[in-house]
Amino acid sequence: MSRLQQFILPDLAEGLTEAEILQWMVAVGDKVELNQPFVEVETAKSAVEIPSPYAGVVTEILRDAGETVDVGSPIITIDTDPNGEAPAAPESAAAPAAETAASNGAKIGETTADGRTAVLVGYGAKAPTTVRRARKGAAPAAPVAPAPAPVAAPAPVAPAPVVATPVAVGTVLAKPPVRKLAKDLGVDLRALVGSGPQGSITRDDVQSAASAPAEPVVVASPVVAPSAGDTRIPVKGVRKLTAENMVASAFSAPHVTEFLTVDATRLLKTVAKMRESDEFKGVRVGPLALLAKGVLLAVKRHPMVNSSWDAANGEIVVKEHVNLGIAAATPRGLIVPNIKAADTLSTKELAEALVELTSTARDGKTPPADMTGGSFTITNVGVFGVDTGTPILPPGEAAILAFGAIRDMPWVHKGKVVPRKVTTLGLSFDHRIIDGELGSKFLADLGRFVNDPKGTLLAWS
Amino acid sequence: MVNGERARGTTKSGGTTRTAAKKPTPRKKATTDRSVANVADPAFVQLLTPDGERVEHPDYSVDFTDQEYRDLYRDLVIVRRLDTEGTTLQRQGQLGIWASLAGQEAAQIGSGRALAEQDMVFPTYREHGVLWTRDIDPIMPFGLFRGVDLGGWDAQKYRFQGYTIVIGAQTLHATGYAMGITKDGKVGTDDGEAVIAYFGDGAISQGDVNEAFIYAAAYDAPVVFFCQNNQYAISVPVHKQAKTPLFKRADGFGFPGVRVDGNDVLATYAVTKVAMDRARHGQGPGLIEAFTYRMGAHTTTDDPTRYRDKSEEEEWRLKDPVARMRGFLEKQQLADDDYFASIDAEAAEHALSLRERVLTLPEPKPSAIFDHVYPNGSPLLDAERAEFLAYQESFEGSGH
Repeated sequence: MSRLQQFILPDLAEGLTEAEILQWMVAVGDKVELNQPFVEVETAKSAVEIPSPYAGVVTEILRDAGETVDVGSPIITIDTDPNGEAPAAPESAAAPAAETAASNGAKIGETTADGRTAVLVGYGAKAPTTVRRARKGAAPAAPVAPAPAPVAAPAPVAPAPVVATPVAVGTVLAKPPVRKLAKDLGVDLRALVGSGPQGSITRDDVQSAASAPAEPVVVASPVVAPSAGDTRIPVKGVRKLTAENMVASAFSAPHVTEFLTVDATRLLKTVAKMRESDEFKGVRVGPLALLAKGVLLAVKRHPMVNSSWDAANGEIVVKEHVNLGIAAATPRGLIVPNIKAADTLSTKELAEALVELTSTARDGKTPPADMTGGSFTITNVGVFGVDTGTPILPPGEAAILAFGAIRDMPWVHKGKVVPRKVTTLGLSFDHRIIDGELGSKFLADLGRFVNDPKGTLLAWS
Repeated sequence: MVNGERARGTTKSGGTTRTAAKKPTPRKKATTDRSVANVADPAFVQLLTPDGERVEHPDYSVDFTDQEYRDLYRDLVIVRRLDTEGTTLQRQGQLGIWASLAGQEAAQIGSGRALAEQDMVFPTYREHGVLWTRDIDPIMPFGLFRGVDLGGWDAQKYRFQGYTIVIGAQTLHATGYAMGITKDGKVGTDDGEAVIAYFGDGAISQGDVNEAFIYAAAYDAPVVFFCQNNQYAISVPVHKQAKTPLFKRADGFGFPGVRVDGNDVLATYAVTKVAMDRARHGQGPGLIEAFTYRMGAHTTTDDPTRYRDKSEEEEWRLKDPVARMRGFLEKQQLADDDYFASIDAEAAEHALSLRERVLTLPEPKPSAIFDHVYPNGSPLLDAERAEFLAYQESFEGSGH
């Protein structure tokens, strides 16, 4: 008899809830051996190949590559007795009801008499929903409507203005990191209605409360009817992280952005000369490397730019070293690796570090340590041909610089309008730390550097 | 016989001395060779080169029969194959987690086979190979990692303690046990007892391990500390937490330390034998650093590609402990292709039968948690058990 077995995605590490299918290594009709890898999946922890617990023939592939699958969902059906006759109903290796299929002579991976293999052991591989067992002799388990909470009606002494916030009676349920987030964002937990288990307040609740306008403004948002041609992209991985970081930063640090358009002709000439010099032989030095050097020199003159707002301790942390972040577009999305203690490096070392950092990022090999602890970031939007933008601060940093495209523009130079290489610098900063004066001075210094790197270097050293 | 002492005298030319100035040039790539032992160094005990050439060492040697050489190879192949099954079963959702020994087979088989029957082993959670050398059913860790074994274990019967998950804790247990052996007067003869405590390069930074060293030295406890330096404490490379070669730490505590090629089953056997014999004759503790490499992930929950280069793994693959022993058997004409094929087949059979048994391991009843706490029970636990059973009974269809 044909015997169909479904393989259920297990929890591949400790406490994971989902995995993305990277690629199928088998197709319908293929023969698979016991322990033959048949699919590659990626979890939050790692990418792994799953070996088949069944020998047989693939009859069905239930989820496509690229899909994110919940732990506990079937992903493939394998016929372990393909030469049999009547097809049987699929048996799933982790189906909670599999006890009924108990057989004493169970083969590998099939359900045993005690139903053991029916329940995969990986945590969370069991049925995803908790089923409460009925108590003996209990009344028929009619869904009990939550009784209206006995609200202690306050005897109104005087007609007080009614505040339309849901006042929580008793304790607010929220995990410590959520409480911390609420404190950082200035959100009163007592005013929220939790959407988590047992009404607990989740991170999302806090974030949406923080980003909600104080006054409920009804905006007649154009409701777009979903069209069949729309593509829906699941938000996950780097995209999800980027979104979270940007929201956390945009709604906690008050951003100010200033722009400065400058003549970068001499900056480019200096770069060209450096490339020809013996000292820089074999080093790929570009305008970004030199600008980075300028940033480091300007930070030395204005150390407060290289700082962080520590809300928990009510302090501003001025960093000893500049961990210089470089926003990099990679195939996986935006990542911002940083060069640790960039201010201690020579210009040549800095240029080398930049090359290594960007190539590592493009290869997708940036170690996590390189992506944390940044203190000042440069985003080189110029490589995409745009003039500038208003960058959003990476969380925990006080300033970020957008480096625009360098293009030929008419420019007044020595009293005449001549074509010059011109670029625009855009500096966003955290107004809690940096006032307009400091931000402007820092940006003006950078402008001076771009306009005349050698002269500025001499003047500042 | 006590040539471990002499080996110790030659350690000053240790191959891992770093002279690079500590300057903040953080983008410089860490070179891997600073942690790689110099093979020509006499303080690095090796009896079999990565190509399977037999080499001599002034202080350590082995004298095996042809069959014994073949048996060591068989051990290596089988424990590797069983370990692969552990990883496979975890990927199929049949184990919660698995800690692979891949790459460390020689360190475990060599040291395990060097133990005498009366010796006591204190393992970590990765010593599946040592377990095999004690002739214990290899299913033991599978029950633990499947969550159907509550950890009850008769250490006296197997001369092997239960797996210890807490990093380094077992070194203190081992030292205390060894001090007990001395008090029982069971040291000083060829039949004396000794203890071996396994741990890793990460554990050597633990307070527990350092305390164990101090007590073992102060009491001349018959314990051998066997450190499998597999180069990584999960993701932290050993050079980040140790500025000197690990075996040199023993000097400071006052007992001999030796570094052995952990991928050489003959050398690990030889140094373990010497150290254990010293201990059983009442000459105190010893430290062995088996210099090896974890070829796989720390556990199935870990992804090593995030913190180390593929090229480093490839470099170590050339020093593979199993291939090395096979090369030796071939060069010495101690085995032919038929023999190797038969061993592979035997290993596959072991793996398949283990797999079947793992899948049918019975699940313990919830009340079993009360059963093995005290040998003679306790009124408090009895009351708790009764209460728990009554609670279970209160559910419809409870067949707990």
